[in-house]
Amino acid sequence: MSALLEVQDLEAFYGRTKALHGVSFSMAAGGITTILGANGAGKTTTLRAISRMVRTVGSIRFEGQPLEARATEDVVQFGIAHAPEGRGTFVQLTVEENLKLGAWGRRERGDLAADFERVFGYFPVLRERRRQMAGTLSGGEQQMLCVARALMLRPRLLLLDEPSLGLAPMVVREIFRILRTVNQAGVTILLVEQNAALALDLADHVFLLETGRIVLEGPSDVLRRDDAIRRAYLGY
Amino acid sequence: MDIFIQQVVSGLATGGIYASVALALVMIYQATDVVNFAQGEMAMFATYICWSLLNAGLPYWVAFLSTLGIAFIGGVVIERVVIRPVENAPILSIVIVTLGLLVIFNSLAGWIWTYVQKPFPSPFPSSPFRAGEIILGAHDLGQINVTLFVLLCIYLFFRFTPLGLAMRAAAQNPVSSRLCGIRVGWMLALGWGLAAVFGAVAGMMVAPNLTLEPNLMGGVQIYAFAAATLGGFTSPGGAVLGGFIVGVVENLVGTYVSFIGTELKFTVALAMIIVVLLVKPSGLFGSTVVKRV
Amino acid sequence: MITSRLARTIGLLAVLALACALPFFLSNFRLFQFTQVYIYAIAILGLNMLTGYNGQFSLGHGAFYAIGAYTAAIMMDKWSIPYGWTIPAGGALCLVVGFLFGLPALRLEGLYLALATFSLALAVPQILKYFEHWTGGSQGIVLSKPKAPFGLRLNPDQWLYLLTLAVLVVLFWLGANLLRGRVGRAIVAIRDNHISAEAMGINASLYKSLVFGVSAAYTGVAGALSASVIAFVAPDSFNVFLSVTLLIGGVIGGLASISGAIFGAIFIQFVPNWAQDISKAAPWAIFGVFLIGFMYVMPFGIAGAVRLLWIRMTRPRVSQERPDPVASRARPTT
Repeated sequence: MSALLEVQDLEAFYGRTKALHGVSFSMAAGGITTILGANGAGKTTTLRAISRMVRTVGSIRFEGQPLEARATEDVVQFGIAHAPEGRGTFVQLTVEENLKLGAWGRRERGDLAADFERVFGYFPVLRERRRQMAGTLSGGEQQMLCVARALMLRPRLLLLDEPSLGLAPMVVREIFRILRTVNQAGVTILLVEQNAALALDLADHVFLLETGRIVLEGPSDVLRRDDAIRRAYLGY
Repeated sequence: MDIFIQQVVSGLATGGIYASVALALVMIYQATDVVNFAQGEMAMFATYICWSLLNAGLPYWVAFLSTLGIAFIGGVVIERVVIRPVENAPILSIVIVTLGLLVIFNSLAGWIWTYVQKPFPSPFPSSPFRAGEIILGAHDLGQINVTLFVLLCIYLFFRFTPLGLAMRAAAQNPVSSRLCGIRVGWMLALGWGLAAVFGAVAGMMVAPNLTLEPNLMGGVQIYAFAAATLGGFTSPGGAVLGGFIVGVVENLVGTYVSFIGTELKFTVALAMIIVVLLVKPSGLFGSTVVKRV
Repeated sequence: MITSRLARTIGLLAVLALACALPFFLSNFRLFQFTQVYIYAIAILGLNMLTGYNGQFSLGHGAFYAIGAYTAAIMMDKWSIPYGWTIPAGGALCLVVGFLFGLPALRLEGLYLALATFSLALAVPQILKYFEHWTGGSQGIVLSKPKAPFGLRLNPDQWLYLLTLAVLVVLFWLGANLLRGRVGRAIVAIRDNHISAEAMGINASLYKSLVFGVSAAYTGVAGALSASVIAFVAPDSFNVFLSVTLLIGGVIGGLASISGAIFGAIFIQFVPNWAQDISKAAPWAIFGVFLIGFMYVMPFGIAGAVRLLWIRMTRPRVSQERPDPVASRARPTT
């Protein structure tokens, strides 16, 4: 199975500060991979590197095509959708307009109505709030909107940054349930999370980052069952 | 009563001019936090271009539309070539660049077309329009119609077209817009292009009244500031409404308050700015930006 | 062992000595130009304190310049007060006016404060013309240049040059002490993060109003000096263009920098002349090109560029992010 995403010796920089020190990994199509780690480990930076939001050295290939020389705006052309940290909602636009913008990057316009139906199927509350200003939605609803917006692209790869942040446990469980459904429909997911338990439950593969380096990786069920690893690195 | 209506209509006409320039200022401010001090001079320059086209024999509306096209391209080019290199500099540095553009346009206009005042034609009939006892200038009415038409087109564009949506998104949240595949830099350039078009419309509508000379838009720009302040720098609709209000108030105050002659009329605009800033700085329709710490 | 501090002090003293020597080999006109540079430098330092160090945008400092100038002019013309007293008087009046203006200004941020001060600047010539009895209306007030005291063998231009230089040195020294000490740090803290500063016990409102007052005082002193140096005040000299010019000087010289005030003053005094030498037909277009060019090459002003150059030369391998030395753009984040 050829890799969907292949990252080789990736270094990332904020100004002159190096945040990633030679990270290498690959993801196969169809799976869910999660990146875990403490604050400042470089998880969000990894996603930003793929979305070309930070300066990088090293190779990033998606379906064999190099991404390093591309700009953020081009990334959607490859079928990569990024639901960023902090949700990045267009607060002064309506829910519907937010979703339309998610589909903006698509090469084939196709049937927007069908896409709307699909995401409203995943997140019915968004249908109710369709014409509301996105800024008036609750945190959980905005997170759903963020995921929905990314899904409007009909992405091959979904980059998700800390979807559980600041949300009530019930809401988070709901979102993760839907992510599983989305994955089953064929979307590969790369998930950054601090909530290790939830992430391990969802994902099939895990990377653990510590100060910009991968210190551990493997199938999630193996890591979950190894007590020593769990206690040492995952804290529970 | 007739005089009142005449002055209101006349005020709406000039108000439309202020509304157009105010809208241009607010559009750029919303997207970049920068006030384009050169907006008025760019409008004046565009009006001179129209004058040259008319002098070359082109019919009015052909020259008018061509000027809009040229202004649009000019605005886009200025953003891409002049503003883009400093877009990440401190705000005041970018303001200095717009001041630089201001003096360049003003000086170039004087150099190319001289400082001699030139008459500028109006496309509207010179015979006034009568409604019973009320006499309304045809140019005033025409001006209002043109302004409203342009504003309506812009409203529809922003509200209902994908490109308009993308431009709004790029102005409000550039980071998320890039993640959606929107080329934020080009959206900004389009914004400058449209702002230049509004300015050009304002210039070409006001020139027949004031005669064409390089300092044509100086006073207008100050009134546009007052309009944008009144309506709110964060609200395009507010800026437009503010423009019409300022125009009407200016005219009524000039007519009915005796000690305010043409000299102190200017002070009316300034007084409005100060009052609004003291009472509600964000304007009638603006929203106060809440800073998260 | 020569430390960089000692080297800097020696350098400054050398420049000062040179400046003192100038009256003896420059023409009166050139001296007059340099005197004007010093006056602008004092005014720009005032503006710098407010806008650069404290982050309050002022497009209306010309108003304080005008108040200083007219205070001096009226004192000399109507009450025959010797020019020496008019300078601190202009400063003191502006201190009070500036502080009072700073109070309502507390409610205005960024763009809105800029608009308010801009409107003030626009109104100044009209207000001056209105109070004709005091200000002499559009005609202005004609004054005479003071003679050198103690029978010194200096002509008025030379004397005024040295006097202005002395005032400059004193005010800059005071300003440097203020801005490089605790007060300066508090002022900058307020600029960078208003709420954090308050949380740390800084009374932001008081400081902001005080800075407004001191800033106005500096510019007022500059205005008072200019009344004696130019020996003439008229409303149209103090229009909005003056305020904009001071701001240009501040930004080009380098905001949040003391030396920047001098660089900026040199720029606004001499570059328009050079522009005219380059093109008689459209000199302001050339000036505009200069403005834009300077901002491309040195977005943080001349002082900012000098500082960056110095950092680059003395510390070639920096492992952290490049520090932002001057007024930074603060965008609200959601």
